[in-house]
Amino acid sequence: MLKYLLLAASVFSGAAMSEVIHEERSLYRNIIVDETRDLRCLKFNTKSSQTSQSCMYKNDPDKLVFNYTKLTFASLLVTENPKNVLVIGLGGGTLSNVIHELYPGAKIHNVEIDSAVLKVARDYFNFIETDNVTSSVQDGRIFIKRAAIKKQKYDWIILDAFNGDYIPEHLLTKEFFEEVQSVLADGGVIAANTFSSSKLYEHESATYHSVFGDFINVSRANRSNRIILAGIKTMPTQAQLNERAKALESKLKKYDIDINAISNYMQYTKNSQDWPKNTKILTDQYSPANLLNF
Amino acid sequence: MGIELLGGRILAPYFGSSVHIWGSIITVFMLSLSFGYLLGGKLSTKNASLTKYGLIFLVASIMVVPITLFAEPIMEFIFTHIEDSRYGSLLASTALFFIPTIILGMISPYSVRLLVTDSEKSGQVAGILYFVSTLGSALGTIITSFYFVLAFDVNTIISAFALTLGSLGVLAIGVNSFAGNKELAHA
Repeated sequence: MLKYLLLAASVFSGAAMSEVIHEERSLYRNIIVDETRDLRCLKFNTKSSQTSQSCMYKNDPDKLVFNYTKLTFASLLVTENPKNVLVIGLGGGTLSNVIHELYPGAKIHNVEIDSAVLKVARDYFNFIETDNVTSSVQDGRIFIKRAAIKKQKYDWIILDAFNGDYIPEHLLTKEFFEEVQSVLADGGVIAANTFSSSKLYEHESATYHSVFGDFINVSRANRSNRIILAGIKTMPTQAQLNERAKALESKLKKYDIDINAISNYMQYTKNSQDWPKNTKILTDQYSPANLLNF
Repeated sequence: MGIELLGGRILAPYFGSSVHIWGSIITVFMLSLSFGYLLGGKLSTKNASLTKYGLIFLVASIMVVPITLFAEPIMEFIFTHIEDSRYGSLLASTALFFIPTIILGMISPYSVRLLVTDSEKSGQVAGILYFVSTLGSALGTIITSFYFVLAFDVNTIISAFALTLGSLGVLAIGVNSFAGNKELAHA
């Protein structure tokens, strides 16, 4: 009984303290920006089933809020000094901002399907745009297909596109991953933010494996929340990882990224394949991804 | 409707999942259905028979097949020649769905012609036909989107639709030749 009272109290107080400061209906969804004390968040969908897409601390905008955003920087342990970065799925523009601060000389291109999200990122999340940091409003798959035709290459590709439910189905297929691979520079890395569970976790892993071979899962105890690092040729040794982490440690500290701890969350699938060998891979012909994620 | 729903799936790899994809697909289906109704009505005035009715089904089934065979090269071609994914998707859905949907659209008015025996009841017959075809559309939509996509490849589902249409066509022609030329009596 007490448990429920506390739960009710916390829900009530949480609701009372969070304040919607901006609401926008785009072609794809409702976008809500709300604030709870110091924390400002970009949310999709309705009030009953909100999912935070991006958050920032107003008084400390450098500090990253989400764990997955921090885990994404594990990429820097397997690739050095990215010069051409591609981000699919903008959110509040947090990743782009941090990468730009870390590597001001790097070219960063953000692809976002929803122009309203881009507008909100500019107006409420200090999304930085310069000659080096650009963005386009387009479907990620089309952008990559066109980039491949123009023979463009990127050495850090971040897949972070989500709709209300999960990753759009056409961005989770073998054909799409092959297109991504064709724009990946030598020595580059693909970082994909995923939070699939049960069945989809297995299909997703098998599909990545079919295109990229062995990859790295970066996740804490809860395996469903993970960053997939794919496209790397060899897995660095633990000693190499530690050395890279040491070099990055001080640079990443101000973003609240503990890169030493993150280097211990990395699992190479060659040694720890955690899905059945005969799992069906997702293709353009067969991709019921969102139906599997329950 | 089942095919329309899968249309989104077929176009997504080349034209994305922006809203204009559905705009293209729905436009093309509505446009071709409207022409189909017109053509089907016209055809029904000339010696309507169950055999011809069956032939419409057969032709429809044959016209659906290219979607499974040539969708890739057609979309590849359009993708490389048209930058704007709005017009790209409109052209692609026209190329893939326009002709089969016209033929499918011919079925309804032709059915009215074959089933109406008494002008007093023509409204009722049309009502029943609308009921059956729209209910069928609803079922096709939900079964395809909820269950078929979980179990089968897109091409397998479309081939199954084609096979069903083809069998119905053969059945209609078969029934007609068994029953003699009874239907022609009304013509």
